[in-house]
Amino acid sequence: MIVNQFLILAALLFSIGVYGVLVRRNAVLVLLSVELMLTAVNINLVAFGAMIQDTIRSGSVFALFVITVAAAEVGIGLAIVLLIFRNRSSANVDELDLMKW
Amino acid sequence: MSFGEWIAEPENIVFLVIAGAMVGASLVVVLSRNVVHAALMLVVALGGSAALFLLLGAEFVAWTVVLVYIGAVVVLFLFGIMITRAPTGRDPADLDHTRRWPAALIALAVFATIATATTMAFEDTEVTGDVVGAEALGDVLFSRYVIPFEVVSFVLLAALIGGIVLARKDPDR
Repeated sequence: MIVNQFLILAALLFSIGVYGVLVRRNAVLVLLSVELMLTAVNINLVAFGAMIQDTIRSGSVFALFVITVAAAEVGIGLAIVLLIFRNRSSANVDELDLMKW
Repeated sequence: MSFGEWIAEPENIVFLVIAGAMVGASLVVVLSRNVVHAALMLVVALGGSAALFLLLGAEFVAWTVVLVYIGAVVVLFLFGIMITRAPTGRDPADLDHTRRWPAALIALAVFATIATATTMAFEDTEVTGDVVGAEALGDVLFSRYVIPFEVVSFVLLAALIGGIVLARKDPDR
């Protein structure tokens, strides 16, 4: 295995996630696409960790940190989406123009 | 390294199968018109990433992905979809923007930039799937990384409390 195959796969998944974030209108689906992007980052981290084989295992450790922060992000994000839905009875990100000047 | 040499290694065939499944599943995640299918296909994509981690020897990270993502996060997403009554039917007209082509162009540009920038530096650098077990990871997490570990656990606690406060019904209304 060479490291480039993982990097290209991760770049592909990341750009698919970017497309999803840009094109989806439902806030839950936007969060799903963000999860895809975070997965791509994790693949990069673990591949680099396997490449350099350091004694402090930085690749795996940082992948674990990314997973933890992603879990926190999903919890807060869905709570916010739920609150928006309760107030405006819609989870459509196009209609959230409250802060638009 | 030519493609013939590359494909001759059996683990690369495994990689190709997993990568194809992941890319297909993530395309369904961003393209599907059915919200529940999108969430379920995320399970396939994340399971593929767990399989890749196993291939790279990061077994603890792989099982953490299975537990945290597939076990908890996707269930949370399904709850979110059901609670916000997202259009779960067959033909929700307003799930996507109408301007798909600029978004696809930007995604393609992002892919080209990241792929060229990252692959230029490591031409044929080999990776080996040496196992990083839970024991080695636990040793280093509780010695070298103990402060980031505590910070991350604090972040999780704050997110937990914040999620409860945000999603709770306001008693004054």
